Amino acid sequence: MKTMTKLAIATAFLAACEGGSTVLLNGAGATFPNLIYQQWIITYNQMTDGVELNYQSIGSGGGIRQFTDGTVDFAASDAPMSEQELAAVNGNVIHVPTVLGAVVPTYNLEGVTERVRFTPEVLADIFLGKITKWNDARIASVNAGVSLPGTDIVVVHRSDGSGTTFIWTEYLSKVSGEWKSRVGTGKSVNWPVGLGGRGNEGVTATVRQTPGAIGYVELGYALLNNLPAGHVRNRAGNFIEPTIESVTAAAAGAMDEMGPDTDFRVSLTDPAGANAYPIASFTWLLIRREYEDAAKADALLDFIWWALTEGDEKAPELGYAPIPGQLTPWIADRMETITVAGESVWQRPASAVE
Amino acid sequence: MAQRRPEALISRATDSAGDIIFQGILTAFAAVIPLLLLGLLVQLAISAWPTIEAFGLEFLVSTTWDPVADIYGAAPMIFGTVFSSLLALILAVPLALGVAIYLTEFSPPWLRTPISTLVELLAAIPSVVYGLWGIFVLIPLLRAYVVPPLQATLGWTPFFSGTFQGNSMIAAAIILAIMILPYISSVSREVLLAVPNSQREAALALGATRWEAVWTAVLPYGKAGIVGAVVLGLGRALGETMAVTMVIGNRHDLSLSVLEPGYTMAATLANEFQELSSAFHRAALFEIGLLLFVVTILVNAAARLLVWRVARGSSAGSRAL
Repeated sequence: MKTMTKLAIATAFLAACEGGSTVLLNGAGATFPNLIYQQWIITYNQMTDGVELNYQSIGSGGGIRQFTDGTVDFAASDAPMSEQELAAVNGNVIHVPTVLGAVVPTYNLEGVTERVRFTPEVLADIFLGKITKWNDARIASVNAGVSLPGTDIVVVHRSDGSGTTFIWTEYLSKVSGEWKSRVGTGKSVNWPVGLGGRGNEGVTATVRQTPGAIGYVELGYALLNNLPAGHVRNRAGNFIEPTIESVTAAAAGAMDEMGPDTDFRVSLTDPAGANAYPIASFTWLLIRREYEDAAKADALLDFIWWALTEGDEKAPELGYAPIPGQLTPWIADRMETITVAGESVWQRPASAVE
Repeated sequence: MAQRRPEALISRATDSAGDIIFQGILTAFAAVIPLLLLGLLVQLAISAWPTIEAFGLEFLVSTTWDPVADIYGAAPMIFGTVFSSLLALILAVPLALGVAIYLTEFSPPWLRTPISTLVELLAAIPSVVYGLWGIFVLIPLLRAYVVPPLQATLGWTPFFSGTFQGNSMIAAAIILAIMILPYISSVSREVLLAVPNSQREAALALGATRWEAVWTAVLPYGKAGIVGAVVLGLGRALGETMAVTMVIGNRHDLSLSVLEPGYTMAATLANEFQELSSAFHRAALFEIGLLLFVVTILVNAAARLLVWRVARGSSAGSRAL
């Protein structure tokens, strides 16, 4: 028995040593896309030999820090790197959008079965504390046929720093001048009113337990938990239900503004497009323009290409919206510019060239 | 109960090399803890230096916490930490002492072990479970049965004014009270058990009722130990993070009303450290950590002083008799 165990250990050890040819790729960053990244990594590690990926969801800020320090091969972030952060890596970074996230208003109104509609101005004024009753004329005027109660509105926001808050406040800053000047955009902000809940689950629990509450959560979380999600009026003037499709439409709507030479560091909130849900955002993988190890760079780019073209089928069931297909050639263009010692390392597969 | 130190033995021991080495090692071990504490303090202060330099004392009194504009003030968190812990003590101490007194003086012997075990089990429940219980059970109960009568009768005082939205100081204080109760009650119970029976017998012999014996003879004898138990509970309440952040509302407001939401220093750290807005934000959080450290040390030092004074008082004999 003992020898058997020893043998097993020895075999495992040998296998690990053979791994000298295994390419190890470490990444760290955003928590929001963690679910789908882990899913991708498990699937990809199983279907390919010689590549071992590893991703730790330590938060976007932590990911960018480790990327800047050079301790990880790639990072992930819910917010694009700022000019200051770009300068810290001498611009040696490419933002690759992977999936889309969206933030939805959710509420607790007993007896209201219809989905409540919100205009951007109403959302901003609720979160500024200027609209305090559910039966306020400005809410009622866009919700004909919904019997809104006269209860107080209790605002619930995230108490932890979060990319979700960043998207939400960026949207409110775009649609409300007062929000922009009084509160601004950030992962944590100085909320004019409201209670803080920790994480999507904390916000949800507080909203559920508080009559008259309104909060904001990630679309995926709302879908998985069947939360009532408000419809929001987009720039085209349509009230849009937050769904996987309407979020993908937001990215498609924003493509005209991006143009093929984009660095993908674009904001998708309040986009053009008749069916675009207006509170959406890319989440990005951060990779380097120049790598030192060709094997690593090649393996990483193969993985990303697989994730964008095949792995993204998994996205909707996990609550993420895939990026629009028209965007992948632009991303491939950018990936082909990545070099090791001045030489390009990766070409898109022949099947992808039209 | 003080044991005499075996001075005689020590002086008789020959100063062998082994002894000297042994003593050196032990001294080094003993020095590690204070050094660690000092190192921690210095490290916190260095990391917090940018905000200490920029805001100075303003940091302690300002109520603005704005990571977007990089303006930080910790007054609501300092106040909330101390306020919630004191409220918890107000709720927990009478209850815990009641449990301890009942168990040592009044309960039938067969009931002692089950009750004390059950009370101590409260300490084994994870903090996050208390938080969940707070959100899903305690807050709805407060909303339905406790807060309306409080507002109706005491709404005119600053302590029960304002609107109750659920997550609030009172919810946090009640959760904290339940969490620190087992610490206070089990230490107090040990203290009361250590009170010599002669104390009780003397009081009873003088014609005291059982209640009078407890109040005049047993409690004064154990005063120092009981204060120590309360300090232990306070220390735990000051640092509690998860359960508090789940029910306190996480709002940067200064309000005396227990119905309004608040914030604590530990909750701020837990909430904001993972996703920082800027290097300055990081420094502000380190300063909060430093303040929490200092507040805890100050509270403990004050409590230690109290224990000393109380102990001096009671060693002079049971004044009550």
